[in-house]
Amino acid sequence: MSSTHRRKERIDRGIKVRTEGLYALMSWRELSYLTLPRLVLIVGMLVLPFVMPGMYWQKVITIVCIYAMIAIGFDFLAHYVGLVSLGGAFFIGAGGYLAAILNSSYGLPPLLTIPIATVLGAAICTLLLLPCLPLRGVYFAIVTLMYPLVLARIIEALDILGGTDGIMGVDSFASSWVEQYVAIGMVLVFVFALRRLVNTDLGLVFRAVKDNDQAVRASGMNISYYKAVAVFLASAMGCLAGACLVHIYMWAGISLFALDFSIIPIAATVIGGGGTIVGPVLGCLILVPISELLREFGTLRIVFYSLILVGFIVFRSEGIMVFGERKYHQFQRWVRV
Amino acid sequence: MDILIYGTINSVALAIMALGFALVYGISRVPNFAHGSIYVLAGFITWSFLRTLGLPYFWSVIITLLIVGFAGALLYQFILIRVRGMAISEIIASYAVGIAILEGLRWGGFRGMSYTLPVFAEGSVMIGGVPVDFHRIIMVLVGAGIFVGLYLFTHYTRIGLALRGMAQDERAALMLGIDSDLMAVVSMVIGAMLAGMAGILLLPLGNIVVEAGYNVLILAIAVCIVGGLGSWGGAVLAAFLIGFAQILTVVYLGSHYQMVVALLAIIFTLILKPSGLFGLQKQLEERV
Repeated sequence: MSSTHRRKERIDRGIKVRTEGLYALMSWRELSYLTLPRLVLIVGMLVLPFVMPGMYWQKVITIVCIYAMIAIGFDFLAHYVGLVSLGGAFFIGAGGYLAAILNSSYGLPPLLTIPIATVLGAAICTLLLLPCLPLRGVYFAIVTLMYPLVLARIIEALDILGGTDGIMGVDSFASSWVEQYVAIGMVLVFVFALRRLVNTDLGLVFRAVKDNDQAVRASGMNISYYKAVAVFLASAMGCLAGACLVHIYMWAGISLFALDFSIIPIAATVIGGGGTIVGPVLGCLILVPISELLREFGTLRIVFYSLILVGFIVFRSEGIMVFGERKYHQFQRWVRV
Repeated sequence: MDILIYGTINSVALAIMALGFALVYGISRVPNFAHGSIYVLAGFITWSFLRTLGLPYFWSVIITLLIVGFAGALLYQFILIRVRGMAISEIIASYAVGIAILEGLRWGGFRGMSYTLPVFAEGSVMIGGVPVDFHRIIMVLVGAGIFVGLYLFTHYTRIGLALRGMAQDERAALMLGIDSDLMAVVSMVIGAMLAGMAGILLLPLGNIVVEAGYNVLILAIAVCIVGGLGSWGGAVLAAFLIGFAQILTVVYLGSHYQMVVALLAIIFTLILKPSGLFGLQKQLEERV
């Protein structure tokens, strides 16, 4: 067998090496090599509402963005800080309920409720998760998995916040265009802001916390503080998503704590490629429309994602984005060994 | 007296639920998040054998246990073995499998109140002035039997000793010629069978509902964390702590708070003593 004596060699493309330094500014070719993928994402997202065939699919785009925000938060927490949060629904629920209360009880317009719910919700989530921050790995995952379940139980049991009926009559956005572009704009801002953030000094500390928290501690830095900052950022994204969701559905209820909000972002991250921040958005763009198409099958779609998720995690754990990046930056060839 | 008797019964029930999870995590360090779904799955398989095929109870239980044990082995051999050691992937993969099973059952029409397993024996006796039905007594006895059997198995048989060796130090066990993957499969099989046994023992007390899968997972994790992940003795003690705490809250506060007790137990344990009541030797490793 000749194939046993060959192996694949991966080499960076020349243009990739050239564009890494100042030389990127030397020619249009190199400039476009750098900017094209980013432009495709930005323009693609901005054009998306126009190419959708109808109201229904425009709504789907908004939902995609909502999920993308949670997924970005999950990716950031899991792959840059090392905190695996299985409770995306917790952030959604906190932001959603806050926005609903602010809107229906205090009469604030969506323009105010969304920012307030984002900041306040993130603060509340961080405060509630603060005791769990010294934990890592399995332990943190377990605890975050329970928060949404238990909060839903408490709301049911105490019959507060509208109980099982939820809070109705929340204002909607001015128009569906505002709704879509708020969501799309926030996703783009988050993606690029986070990609910047992880390359700053703060991002370096985050990654250090993930790789070796004892070393960070030995350098005289407070790990819990940095973890709290990271959780605040991620939960702010989740709360923003929740607040938008409530204004879109004009309703807040226990289903905000539903499993979908925890499992789809994780699946999207795994499929899109963890640790890339853009990957989760891609994953959501693939998964959520599929889930809409499968809506008539009921809970079977959850089975469907779970199986995709298992398949990806077992056989292709790198994800689409990492794969694509590699193809873009490197070429492969067979070499004789 | 009510509190004492029902507290004990509830505690034994919790211990039976948690044992499978504790065993698998203790031996192969794989947090089996599909535990709750195996529990429910066992209930439905037994139900199918009993109702649609009309097999006798005893045989349907035996066949169910074999099936879930086999399912556990498949789960490990084809999925978990590939992600072993990567904590994040282990959790996500096993949780996803668990959700797939549960939601698949829900889709398959197993929902509502119509699915019940018969109790093992009808009737009840008075213990200290409190009526206790036979099924609960059998459950406590079988539970105690499982604990004793497991103790004997892990202390006096070759496989059991190998399992314990792996739980203590996998690398050393490997050097002594213990096949760690095989042992992990064995632990998964036993864990799945224990989850199935728990389902068969506990589900006749109520309806078989898919939601039970999530609740059982939470309770099992609560018990294991409070007792110290991987410590079996600790798990049993923690089951009694949480069991009595739950019964007390039911008596004095209301049954809505049962789950809240479990969560508070987890959170307090994690804050005060992250390695649990009996997780002493792992304390340094797990604390940050």
